[in-house]
Amino acid sequence: MFRKLVKGCLLATACLLPAIATAQSAQSDTVKGIERYRELLADGNPADLWEARGEGLWKETRGSKKASLETCDLGKGPGVVKGAYTELPRYFKDTGRVMDLETRLLHCMVGIQGLDEAAIKRNAFGAGTNRSDMEALVAYVTSESKGIKMKVSIVHPREKESYAMGEKIFFYRGGSHDFACATCHGESDKRIRLQDLPNLLDKKDAQRAYTTWPAYRVSQGELRTFQWRLFDCFRQQRFPALEYGSDASIALTTFLAKNANGAAFNAPALKR
Amino acid sequence: MQNFKPMLVVAGLALGMASAGVAAADRAQVAVGEAEVMGEMFRSFNPQGQAGLSRLRQDDVQKFCSTPGWQKQKAHVKQLEKEQLATIKYPADGKLLGSWQAGERVAQTGVGMQFSDAPGSTAGGNCYACHQMSAEEVSFGTIGPSLRNFGKTRGNTEAMQRYAYGKIYNSQAYSACSNMPRFGHSGILTEQQMKDLTALLLDPNSPVNK
Ligand code: HEC
Ligand code: HEC
Repeated sequence: MFRKLVKGCLLATACLLPAIATAQSAQSDTVKGIERYRELLADGNPADLWEARGEGLWKETRGSKKASLETCDLGKGPGVVKGAYTELPRYFKDTGRVMDLETRLLHCMVGIQGLDEAAIKRNAFGAGTNRSDMEALVAYVTSESKGIKMKVSIVHPREKESYAMGEKIFFYRGGSHDFACATCHGESDKRIRLQDLPNLLDKKDAQRAYTTWPAYRVSQGELRTFQWRLFDCFRQQRFPALEYGSDASIALTTFLAKNANGAAFNAPALKR
Repeated sequence: MQNFKPMLVVAGLALGMASAGVAAADRAQVAVGEAEVMGEMFRSFNPQGQAGLSRLRQDDVQKFCSTPGWQKQKAHVKQLEKEQLATIKYPADGKLLGSWQAGERVAQTGVGMQFSDAPGSTAGGNCYACHQMSAEEVSFGTIGPSLRNFGKTRGNTEAMQRYAYGKIYNSQAYSACSNMPRFGHSGILTEQQMKDLTALLLDPNSPVNK
């Protein structure tokens, strides 16, 4: 099944990417291109490959401690993956910190498996043959939340701080261009060139945006996580490079995830 | 949040945070102070390429404009615009109109100032990212108003040239907390590029006015 899928993806990417890339003439062409691409992949999203590899990595004995991740506590108890993503970020007693999925996975990979933290962070965003284990693990864990409603709770004082901080950072203007997240995502029905911009202060838009990450990005041929999404938007914002798993990244994620509460999680998705 | 210090509760700021649509109940419960936010930002980024950590340090304008509800502070808004107006440096040779052809290229180009852009490379204005301008370019954004026929409707007077050049130089001189970058003030565009853009907006032969 996977061999068939790979072949399908390669073909579809090869024949449709140019169509999408040159569809600058009108937004509807781009949308049509992506719809056609989705149809071609009717029996799956290339993200399936990341999910399968991630499941393997979750169960595989690895690292200097020769352990699998099956005892990793993502918040719902050791080893519980089902629905875990819909309740993240959350406060973890054992670290005294609010953590998103990616920092929690990192914590487990280092603590339980004895893997090298710096190496994992360096390779968090894969490129071609240089595949990221993190992206695969995120694909697997999030796929186990498909169809489950977002239910991030902001109860612990640290969670409240994180949410309040995330909201502040959303409006934090700076850099050469005076941009903040709110510049591009604070009003409805706006776009940059032909790309629609979700209004992340609007409940519906915020839900649609958050519940469709991580995503397989057709334009990159990679599966990208929410940490990547933030990293790349800060790049467009002309800010320096967001540290992977930093407090600011978790605060923003807490703010956006909480605002998506009530919507069914629907990723890994497929995007432009 | 290992280094998280006790929260500074600033009631006024908490009220100012009100923004449309989301989770009103969660707001006002906890507020974080300016210093905490700044500290968290500086801890959470790494310098890369041309984007150093100084990009995170806000000037007074950025600070003020980061507070939702700034619109209500009418006196501050007036003062801000006055101060920003005073920053505008007009070309020493007094000529405000360059070449609209060159201006069109600047308006189309989006590169510049990102850590992924080559340091020292000429930045573009990326006006089309936010504005409709020429009729031919259908790939335009809508964060800013349409500038189709800008010169045709406003006229190509000296006063209008000064306004257009000034607007590009420092958008906030005319509209506090505008989402439009301050291209001259922030050193994104050169004087020549801004002259060329002014021509793009006002020259009767420019595609903006055709
Ligand atoms: C200069 C404009 C700009 C700024 C500033 C910006 N973004 Fe974005 N953002 C975009 C664009 C453009 C897209 C769509 C990207 C695409 O489709 O490739 C996007 C996409 C997103 C998405 C995914 C939406 C979806 O439905 O897939 C999220 C979430 C997001 N941004 C969050 C943020 C956050 C949080 C910030 C502040 C750190 C931010 N953005 C700052 C331009 C911006
Ligand atoms: C990030 C989005 C953005 C970019 C990029 C941008 N603008 Fe704007 N622009 C705006 C917004 C928003 C407004 C309306 C608010 C205001 O007047 O500042 C505006 C207003 C203007 C106006 C005033 C219109 C009027 O009716 O008086 C002019 C002129 C203008 N922009 C020119 C430009 C030019 C030229 C460029 C490229 C160098 C550019 N803008 C780039 C967002 C942008």
